[in-house]
Amino acid sequence: MTGMIATMDPADPVSSPAKAAEDPAHSHALTTRLWHWINLVCLVTLFMSGLMIFNAHPRLYWGEYGNRDEPAWLAIGAQGAQGYLAISGQRIDTTGVLGRYRDPDGTPRNRAFPGWATVPTDYNLADARHWHFFFAWIFSFGLLAFMVRSLFNGHIRKMIAMRRAEWRPQHLWSTVVDHVRLKFHSAPGEAYNPLQKLSYIAVIFIALPLMIVTGLAMSPGADAALHWPSMLFGGRQSARSLHFIIAFGLLGFLLVHVLLVLLHRPLTLLRGMTIGARR
Amino acid sequence: MTDKAPSSILTRRALVGSLGLAAGGLLTGCDALNANPGWRETLRLAETGNMVVQRAMLGREALAREYAPRDIGRSVPANGTRIPADSDYTRQAATGFADWTLAIDGLVEKPTRFALGQIRSMPRQTQITRHDCVEGWSAIGQWTGVNLSVLLDTVAVKPSARYLVFHCADTLRAGPYYESIDMIDARHPQTMMAWALNGELLPIGNGAPLRLRVERQLGYKHAKYVRRIEAVADYRLSYGGGGGYWEDAADYEWYAGI
Repeated sequence: MTGMIATMDPADPVSSPAKAAEDPAHSHALTTRLWHWINLVCLVTLFMSGLMIFNAHPRLYWGEYGNRDEPAWLAIGAQGAQGYLAISGQRIDTTGVLGRYRDPDGTPRNRAFPGWATVPTDYNLADARHWHFFFAWIFSFGLLAFMVRSLFNGHIRKMIAMRRAEWRPQHLWSTVVDHVRLKFHSAPGEAYNPLQKLSYIAVIFIALPLMIVTGLAMSPGADAALHWPSMLFGGRQSARSLHFIIAFGLLGFLLVHVLLVLLHRPLTLLRGMTIGARR
Repeated sequence: MTDKAPSSILTRRALVGSLGLAAGGLLTGCDALNANPGWRETLRLAETGNMVVQRAMLGREALAREYAPRDIGRSVPANGTRIPADSDYTRQAATGFADWTLAIDGLVEKPTRFALGQIRSMPRQTQITRHDCVEGWSAIGQWTGVNLSVLLDTVAVKPSARYLVFHCADTLRAGPYYESIDMIDARHPQTMMAWALNGELLPIGNGAPLRLRVERQLGYKHAKYVRRIEAVADYRLSYGGGGGYWEDAADYEWYAGI
């Protein structure tokens, strides 16, 4: 997973001022810029309200059903003064962060995810659900609009689609090596390198739509209307587990994305995603 | 590039700093918004959206999935009230609910008080369905009872009745438990008053002797310990106006299809 990166090599013609206006990574379409920031607000709110919803039952299962009388593959809890995360029965001490944490005023609380990570801060399942569903609507229609628009305005074809040569293992490997050495560059005329393209494809066309479908699979109403979402994932509780796993995958994407922007050229890239053009 | 280096380092630092501030501000901002009535109204638009879209997708007849006996889990955990503390309920439980009655009244032509034995001898319906709790867990169990439409036809519900309010025998911290559903869910083929779970009479934790099953919605809608069903024109005139105990006490959604 990579960030929004163009080129760092001063000798690269793409970064020369004369060509900068044509550099696609520096000047995004208005629809892309709008969606990017709306989507950020949605994903952050959905993630944090989702953690609060998870706090109501901090256990995950595979299959159609799962509850306190069934084995969980992941559980967060507290035993005495100790908070823990248990994965497949292996307990990790997470006191202070997961399972048990202290409020800003020092009061210890037994809660899966701490108040600073949730919306709202204090335990409230009903309110977290109001936030979650409201932003889920904006997120879903925003994603749909962006996908349709990107297919028609050439965004996908010009910026994200992988060229045949980019699939060559040698080429992919050399891009990985360059990333590890913090050398970021894309081929002349290309907005992104193959690693970036692959991560954008994975996020926009796989991970984000999967969040919607796994979410719907948990809804008893949607499940009665369309049986396929929960059946596709092997049951309601499997869908819930996947919803959780992909959410953390997206958090990982966000962190790496921001880190790479900061390591590269934060101002230029931020300008490209806000004002849209490079001065 | 080299002459720009120092300023860009400062900028990075400033950026990281402002990101930290933004994160801190975000949380207090969200909590402030969460307490704002206008914002809460706005958030609740999603519930209307969920209901309109789900109802359009579901129609009246779409069925919740049913399972095979081998899919039944270890338990259907008791949530909310485990044992009602009401003295009348305790007395009835001690005699195996021999004197339990279910009253159906309100906007009906023939208000009736049904004896439990009468309900158990009515045509029965059995379904193996998944109970989905708002907290996130699920349990599969086999429910047996009488289709709610059979009872509604017996009392002849008036056309002016748009909702059913289920009055329960259990009292929680904020008051007596109750729930309400509209006539679309009331007349759904899987909606029933259940009196048995997994081939046994309903355990107390699961709502003995009679509970509602409204399969296309979350668990808190499935009222337990039901002793009276009232047909009304508007559920907003009953109790706290939210249409259910949790709706009143904690602002849960009245439509719980998601």
